[in-house]
Amino acid sequence: MSVPLEHDYIGLSDASRSSDSSSNITSVTETQPNSVLNFKATELSLGLPGFSKNGGPTIMLGAKRGFADVNLDGSGKWALKGGSEAQLGGFEKSQTLTPDVKPAEDKKKGSGSAPPSAKAQVVGWPPIRSFRKNTMAANSSKNADVTEGNLASGGCLFVKVSMDGAPYLRKIDLKIYHNYTELSKALEKMFSCFTLGNGVKGREGLSESNLKDLLHGSECVLTYEDKDGDWMLVGDVPWEMFIDSCKRLRIMKGSEAIGLAPRSMEKCKNKI
Amino acid sequence: MTQSFPEEVLEHVFSFLTSHTDRNAVSLVSKSWYDTERWCRDHVFIGNCYAVNPRVLTRRFKEVKAVELKGKPHFADFNLVPEGWGGCVDPWIVEMGRVYSGLEEIRLKRMEVTDEGLEMVAKGFGKLKVLVLASCDGFSTDGLAAVAANCRNLRVLDLRECEVEELSCHWLSHFPDSFTLLESLNIACLSSEVSFSALERLVSRSPNLKTLKLNRTVPLEKLSTLLQRAPQLVEFGTGAYSAEGLDAYSSLAEAFSGCKKLKSLSGFWDVIPAYLPAVYSVCSQLTSLNLSYATTQSPDLSKIISHCHNLQRLVVLDYIEDTGLETVATSCKDLKELVVFPSDPYVADANVPLTEQGLVSVSQGCTKLHSVLYFCRQMSNSALVSISKNRPNITCFRLCILEPRSPDYLTLEPLDTGFGSIVENCKQLTRLSMSGLLTDRVFEYIGKHAKKLDMLSIAFAGDTDLGLHYILSGCDSLRKLEIRDCPFGDKALLANASKLETMRSLWMSSCFVSFGACKLLGQKMPRLNVEVIDERENLNSIPENVPVEKVYIYRTVCGQRFDMPDFVRIMGKDKADVYNLS
Repeated sequence: MSVPLEHDYIGLSDASRSSDSSSNITSVTETQPNSVLNFKATELSLGLPGFSKNGGPTIMLGAKRGFADVNLDGSGKWALKGGSEAQLGGFEKSQTLTPDVKPAEDKKKGSGSAPPSAKAQVVGWPPIRSFRKNTMAANSSKNADVTEGNLASGGCLFVKVSMDGAPYLRKIDLKIYHNYTELSKALEKMFSCFTLGNGVKGREGLSESNLKDLLHGSECVLTYEDKDGDWMLVGDVPWEMFIDSCKRLRIMKGSEAIGLAPRSMEKCKNKI
Repeated sequence: MTQSFPEEVLEHVFSFLTSHTDRNAVSLVSKSWYDTERWCRDHVFIGNCYAVNPRVLTRRFKEVKAVELKGKPHFADFNLVPEGWGGCVDPWIVEMGRVYSGLEEIRLKRMEVTDEGLEMVAKGFGKLKVLVLASCDGFSTDGLAAVAANCRNLRVLDLRECEVEELSCHWLSHFPDSFTLLESLNIACLSSEVSFSALERLVSRSPNLKTLKLNRTVPLEKLSTLLQRAPQLVEFGTGAYSAEGLDAYSSLAEAFSGCKKLKSLSGFWDVIPAYLPAVYSVCSQLTSLNLSYATTQSPDLSKIISHCHNLQRLVVLDYIEDTGLETVATSCKDLKELVVFPSDPYVADANVPLTEQGLVSVSQGCTKLHSVLYFCRQMSNSALVSISKNRPNITCFRLCILEPRSPDYLTLEPLDTGFGSIVENCKQLTRLSMSGLLTDRVFEYIGKHAKKLDMLSIAFAGDTDLGLHYILSGCDSLRKLEIRDCPFGDKALLANASKLETMRSLWMSSCFVSFGACKLLGQKMPRLNVEVIDERENLNSIPENVPVEKVYIYRTVCGQRFDMPDFVRIMGKDKADVYNLS
């Protein structure tokens, strides 16, 4: 089947239809020339990000905002790094778009000898809603031994995180962290944009002077709502027990938080 | 010719048109038909809340009784849309409260609903009969209490799959003792306890109650009490279906046997198999059965399903296994819809014997099957070809092979021919979700054959822009397209720009669509909003040839949104371009 020449709907009629393709993507299964879609005028490169058409690396694209890190990829390896490494690496990870067919051996299943392993998770895959995911995760952790724990059964546990004064909430997957330190670092990054007033269109933006008070005083406390509906201080119970019962998180600040002794609240005293 | 019809006659004719697509078509015939139609339309459906705005709605339609609004894109269900994106219903409630005092039905899907909004609804719409919130969030039990206290005419309160902040268990008590009109209550999404005594009193004084879907915290021991109070129920959702010992069994079985009109069962969290036979007396009446939270094994599932000869809709976990689906194929000859969810989606080899064979069996045995949502771990082209030949009447086919890019497990080839066969044989196909290893070829097949396709979901598929081009240029009926992690980029998008105006929306995330292309598209197509959703810092300094994280393109008459968070930008619309169409 020949691909018909397309009407140029947006008036780029001077685009050449030559067979020279500016696309850097080749396809092993391609049988049709995709030259008809070659709009030189737009000069859009289809190479991987961070690399110019000439093949050399371009400027670093800037750090992801802290809170974006946790969204991009569920595996713990990517979630907590700030800076450009995560930017490029994380982007590539989500863009495993090499058209090469994966070697067949990778795909073979059925070797019953190896125990089931928790897979590196891709955000939003498989397409199952949070309510179901959380319900099934709760089921499997009930059925599994405590020692096997939540890691063997995999799954993910998205909980909402609210911060007093922030204009909107975030969601994080508790299963990708292994201890309180990782969690508090991630939360700190996630909400730093609110505390820095970094372009936030919020009803209550926070100023930089608040930030200092926030982080260096006893003005911020991390709490969670457990299965019974009670609000508890984060850090008292072992990590596994915590993620088993945590339904949502709340970063308290202000007068409500004063007086609640933050024993393991190092994040409040961390440097930005 | 049209002018010779008196308006009253036209209105009378239009009153027989209930579908909104018919109504929309009729309103395009001529100016006078448009005017007549808008004065008498009382059910309004808005599939994308940003395609219009509240003022556009109230200016056009004057006496609306029922409104249905949808907000976030579908992929928000899978956490691909960041929190704070938008879709808040409050501005709609304010404007409708000003104009539609007689509003009786509100249905919202994937919208952000606040407690303030619910209060406005409760106090502003005294005639409200129906409130359905599907996959909504942003509100708490306080908002529900306001609804319960003030909506004197409420018949339906349905909170399907919402995320509710549960501050109190007593909101149900806010329904006044004099309130007896309730017909439908769905609180299955709530994870905390509700006051059982309030619930029981409410059920007891609601003689018209037809639908009652409880949440997990209602214990099994209490079910018989409720069923005895409401033997007229048509749809019932249990809470946790387990108890210590078997004491509660006989009263439960007796209570179920008293429900002569029961047609639908759901719930069944934490099932104890010994209690399943309590429902046997109603199985032959059931047209819908949802066991998708029942973590019980195939023999127990098969037993209960084998009693359900009139079943039309079955939702179940993969614990049912291929053998259980064979039982379905032989016992449920009226089956129209099958949904199989995975019990353990994150484990590589879960050792559950549910394969493509189960679906093939059902496609053979259930001649009325037209809708499928199936999660599995392996698939073959030959199975897909069989399914398509067995069931050419399939209209909705959603297949999720858990591992992305899985090939045909027998031949290790892509699944192009299998899905190609689906679109070629199932000529009435309106919805398709694909998975597995797929090349551009499958999109060629889809573009060529899937002429009735309305909604298409693609993930980890394709090789080049040709794939996207085939779809956009070939699928004549396409209205909703959602794509993630595919190597589709600027070329196909720009070449098919005008197609996008014929669609409700296009979602592309983790693809190769660049900032520059988004800007160009937004500039050239004033009736499209090209929303780039990107959470990286310093967006302004990212070069134009770099792909965006996510782009959501939809047609609109309203141009700019004014409620965007900082990670959402509408591209290509300078201030000079912003205009409002009246």
